[in-house]
Amino acid sequence: MSVVFSVFMLTLLVITTFAIVRTRHLFVAVVLTGIFSLLIAAIFFLLDAADVALTEAAIGAGIATVLFLGALALTGEHERGGSRNRLLSLAVVAVIASILIYATFDNPRFGDPQAPVHQHVSPWYLDGTREYIDIPNVVTAVLGSFRGYDTLGEVFVVFTAGIGVLFLFSAQPRRRRSSSQPATGPIEGEGLRHYLIPRVVGRMLIPFILLFGLYVQFHGEYGPGGGFQAGAIFAAAVILYALLEGETRALRALPASVLTGLMAGGALLYSAVGVAGMLLGSHFLDYSVLAADPVVGQQIGIVLIEAGVGITVAGVLISVFHAFAARESV
Amino acid sequence: MELLGLYHYWVFAILLMTGFYAVIAKYNLIKKLLGLSIFQSAVFLLYITMGKIEGGTAPILQAYGEGQLFSNPLPQVLILTAIVVGISTMALGLGVVVRIKEEYGTIEEHEIREIDRQ
Repeated sequence: MSVVFSVFMLTLLVITTFAIVRTRHLFVAVVLTGIFSLLIAAIFFLLDAADVALTEAAIGAGIATVLFLGALALTGEHERGGSRNRLLSLAVVAVIASILIYATFDNPRFGDPQAPVHQHVSPWYLDGTREYIDIPNVVTAVLGSFRGYDTLGEVFVVFTAGIGVLFLFSAQPRRRRSSSQPATGPIEGEGLRHYLIPRVVGRMLIPFILLFGLYVQFHGEYGPGGGFQAGAIFAAAVILYALLEGETRALRALPASVLTGLMAGGALLYSAVGVAGMLLGSHFLDYSVLAADPVVGQQIGIVLIEAGVGITVAGVLISVFHAFAARESV
Repeated sequence: MELLGLYHYWVFAILLMTGFYAVIAKYNLIKKLLGLSIFQSAVFLLYITMGKIEGGTAPILQAYGEGQLFSNPLPQVLILTAIVVGISTMALGLGVVVRIKEEYGTIEEHEIREIDRQ
């Protein structure tokens, strides 16, 4: 049964991809990417990757679509030109694809427990989680503790990307058509307040999305979840609020200065936990010394750094959304 | 099972190359970024496919007795963070595209080159 489902999903995924690349209407392409993300999230779930599926669904289908639409509003929805060297590109792509497909016959058998990828550190992570950290979700344990350096690096990449977007948008556009364009549609910064159904439904949804975000954040040790997913869900709730009630009100609820603080604060919290480990006489990002019992120390460390991750991710995604939304189109 | 695995790998190859085609052949910069994100998702799919173990389940230890097989958590960790980093870098890319639109008035690559040449 799940085999049929997998094949069906994968086939739909390929069809969606072709549609994204073929369509000239970028709005359609962006909405199709949302569908693409949901499909691939379902496939990840079938492949036992619950955490990844949750992340992809929150980020790919939610935030990415909004960001792309925000960019489209500034750059135009129609793709004008055709393709460059269409036949040559197609030939190159076809050759590489056939090489890749030829190579798949040498790949380890799908689901083989003896495949090389399962031999190295992974069994140790599964056993070590029971012994050293004692939380059920191995993904969270590896992410937060065993590979804490990686995750710290990723958080700083997210932070840097957020700073980069704000920096790019600090420059003022050079050319302006006319500043006194007649306002069409709802007044600027008002959001969808004039539309009854989105407003009522959205207002009811937002508290539950926030609550779910908190659940995902603090239940990440026991089930699928953690800072990355929770940050994205939180950002989705605030973005929904901004879409419904307008930029101005969203910025009044969460001012830009607070958002900048969140961006930096989360990354700092993460680093501070690492430094605390050093000050207590161990290595950077070794949480064992945070409490008398090393296992409890590990758990405290993971909760703290996951909070840091969530804060930074939410701060960056909301700031980036505001940066796109506040930009006037030229 | 064998065929299903091969199908996963083939879909990976097709997605990767479709994304790559959009990056090299299309003029529109937003389309290129969409292609890049498809390319990226294809890599994610490959990693997660590799991590699957037959008869395994999601690597959450609760409620399972001894002898339960778990799929490999490591690729999942790598991809989980990669997705979030991916959206952040994508946002940066979109920011650059918006700035290009503001400076050049177009986001079609050949038109930008035309303007540069003048």
